[in-house]
Amino acid sequence: MRTVCLYFQVHQPFRFRTYRFFDIGNDHYYYDDYTNESIMRKVADKCYLPANQLILDLINKHKGKFKLAFSISGIAIEQFKLYAPEVLESFRKLADTGQVEFLAETYAHSLSSLKDHDEFVKQVMEHKALIKNTFGQDPTVFRNTELIYSDDIGSDVYRMGFKAMLTEGAKHVLGWKSPNYLYCNAREPKLKVLLKNFKLSDDVAFRYSNKGWSDYPLTAKKFAGWIKATPKEEEMVNLFMDYETFGEHQWAESGIFDFLGALPGAILDGTDFTFSTPSEVSESLQVVSAVHVPNPISWADEERDLSAWLGNEMQQEAFDKLYSLKDAVYQTGDDELIQDYKYLQVSDHFYYMSTKFFSDGDVHSYFNPYSTPYEAFMNYMNVLSDFKIRVDASVSEGMDSEISRLSKIIKEKDEKLTKYEIELKSLRKRKLRTASSDNVTTADKSGTKKAAVKKTAISKDTKKPTAGKGEKSAAKKGNSAKKGN
Amino acid sequence: MRVLMFGWEFPPHISGGLGTASYGLTRGLTTIPGLDIIFVVPRAYGDEDQSKMRVIGAGDVSLDSKHMRFSKVLGQISYIEVNSNLVPYHSPEEYEKLINKPANKNRKLIHTTMGGKLFFSGGYGKNLYEEIANYALVAGQIADDNEHDLIHTHDWLTYPAGIAAKSVSGKPLVIHVHATDFDRSGGKVNPTVFDIEKRGMEAADKIIAVSNLTRDTIINKYGIDASKVITVYNAVEPVPDSERINMKRGISDKVVTFLGRVTLQKGPEYFIQAAEKVLRKMDNVKFVMAGSGELLERMILWTAASGIADRFHFTGFLKGDDVFRMFSISDVYVMPSVSEPFGISPLEAMQSNVPVIISHQSGVAEILKYAVKTDFWDVDAMADAIYGLLNYPSFSKTFIKYGKDEVDNMKWENSAKKVHSIYKEAINR
Repeated sequence: MRTVCLYFQVHQPFRFRTYRFFDIGNDHYYYDDYTNESIMRKVADKCYLPANQLILDLINKHKGKFKLAFSISGIAIEQFKLYAPEVLESFRKLADTGQVEFLAETYAHSLSSLKDHDEFVKQVMEHKALIKNTFGQDPTVFRNTELIYSDDIGSDVYRMGFKAMLTEGAKHVLGWKSPNYLYCNAREPKLKVLLKNFKLSDDVAFRYSNKGWSDYPLTAKKFAGWIKATPKEEEMVNLFMDYETFGEHQWAESGIFDFLGALPGAILDGTDFTFSTPSEVSESLQVVSAVHVPNPISWADEERDLSAWLGNEMQQEAFDKLYSLKDAVYQTGDDELIQDYKYLQVSDHFYYMSTKFFSDGDVHSYFNPYSTPYEAFMNYMNVLSDFKIRVDASVSEGMDSEISRLSKIIKEKDEKLTKYEIELKSLRKRKLRTASSDNVTTADKSGTKKAAVKKTAISKDTKKPTAGKGEKSAAKKGNSAKKGN
Repeated sequence: MRVLMFGWEFPPHISGGLGTASYGLTRGLTTIPGLDIIFVVPRAYGDEDQSKMRVIGAGDVSLDSKHMRFSKVLGQISYIEVNSNLVPYHSPEEYEKLINKPANKNRKLIHTTMGGKLFFSGGYGKNLYEEIANYALVAGQIADDNEHDLIHTHDWLTYPAGIAAKSVSGKPLVIHVHATDFDRSGGKVNPTVFDIEKRGMEAADKIIAVSNLTRDTIINKYGIDASKVITVYNAVEPVPDSERINMKRGISDKVVTFLGRVTLQKGPEYFIQAAEKVLRKMDNVKFVMAGSGELLERMILWTAASGIADRFHFTGFLKGDDVFRMFSISDVYVMPSVSEPFGISPLEAMQSNVPVIISHQSGVAEILKYAVKTDFWDVDAMADAIYGLLNYPSFSKTFIKYGKDEVDNMKWENSAKKVHSIYKEAINR
């Protein structure tokens, strides 16, 4: 069996408003609601809604033979809820067909896998729960932000319980090997790795409407022919791309929807290929080899590395400073801060700071609210500064309340001590009184021994108060020792 | 006495110290009885405050009516080869050649808009040389149309205009040097600009320098006769307390500010170096670089690379009230200029009760007592001073209190009186 595995990434960031130095400490709202809403509306109308409808029709038309997978970031789902609930509804309809698999990723479409294991796990689990909640599926396949992958990340992902992961079939990693087989993680052989066929994927995603391309115009038939032409022993073709390819990166006028509409038929009828979801592929195919990826790769730009997000000093600095706040953020336990912290981690913010203008500037300028990467950096650092002020304030508030709680305990204990002292004193007095009255009665009774007994009684009396004093000072010491704590 | 004054900027459309200074001085001059000023700028926007003086935009002057007469004048000055991409004059030799050329027969020298007007952006764009030349052309026309006793121009952009006006009316020319290209370029002087400057200085009857530092440059670098160069210090427009902007301070950290163009001349890199040193000793402080310029991107990368970007902020260019907003939340103002002919912004900072650190390489250092002065390159001393002003309240209080008194006594009226006496000398010579 030879199969095509189709997967689309869906993501939109919460873009920041112009956040000026003067806003720091004074205004804690960071988001450009207008831009976010209008971009979401635009993409929904041009891409998500028509493409989802088309895919639903295709699934119905091909009766169980057409399958595909999506990953939708948590941030994108939040924005659907805010600005375009009908998009979420249409994804739910796709989920109901049983032909669509939803993959797990980081909730915030973040780069946490590269920096902070705990944060990575936390976000993946949060996203997994969200997918379960939204689409009723428990994801078993993982795909990291922008297909970022390394041996380390793969083994982290395996330990989180996933059985397969998607990444780029990067040339510098594969060498002579073909991406059209199932691989496994170099550390954890039980984690299957699906590699993107970037040649065929990018033919659609990037080259489809390029009139200077020698293969323009691309038709579904021609494309199916290329898939068919892959060597007979190769088992699958992984086509991974941005969902916005349909209608947004490639406009509807270019005929991209017709292409998508004709593709399943062309492949199912014209080739020996079927369609499978990533989890089906990882169960049905045999692993041919481990893939060694010591340094992280991604699907971005010519280099297929991290240079689009962490390639220059600004990006590194912002990234380091962001993650240095993590412990403090969670210490606050403040939901609002934790939410903002997620939004701050969205990888797009770092992408906007990229200085790789010349080779891949086109893609970088896409929906980019900033005219230069420097502006993006200045704005981000201003936001981060304000965020830090809030975190610090909340943490010290927490500390203050902790201190006041402790001092309250000390005060209570102090009060108890003085109460006990008073009690002790009165008890002793009582004891003394009874003791002396006893003496008197014995004296009365004995008569002759009166004088001698009285003497001892008096000496006893004088001793007692000193002992009491000793006790009191010891109590005080204990008291001050506690205060010291 | 009527003065025809040529500037390049007029409030509220200003981009730096030159516009502020020439306006402040002109306001001061209007307080002198019997002194009447026509202020010419390349482009008037219509929202200028004209209560104290007449403002003429060169772009609003029609050349049509007197074109014939004017072209004669052109023959004599004729540094105009406008509407080509050529700069007005390349070298002294070529300049000589143009000067001595007989009247140009071909009158298609310039392209005007409908109504014989020339277009001016009034900025500092890529057609700057062309605009300077066109400005001079119109200046001749204005000099012809408006009676005056003296011509006063501000900085090199307007020197050709001054020369043109002088050649038309024959009245004495006073040029005001706010900066020379030695300041702006950090030593790598642009020969074209240098030439325009030198021509202006030579044609002038009197030269006003904004500091002794600048006066020395004029005498030594441009070879100008010392007797005609006089120093008149700038001042600062007082800001009444009622108009003072007080921003709500959102941060508890101390704020140290650099405010100015981010260019070689202003020494932004020394500010960053000092910031790094201070941040090693204390962390409850934020540094702000307010302004834009060709070094901005490099400075941003620098702060990112040295890991202080969470404590070092960039605001981009600030204008109008934002400048005072910035001062109102600043604890220290630093001007580490490599070469600053004068430097008005420390005075504005002091007005806003901000203690200042200035470089010895600034003209304002010649007159300020209550400012910490260091060499621009001495980042250790600069860091020391910043740290001291932030951490020893009595130290900064002293500078704030006496600095405010000091700066409140610097008045444009006083500068204007000196300028007035220079006018008289020039006329009676």
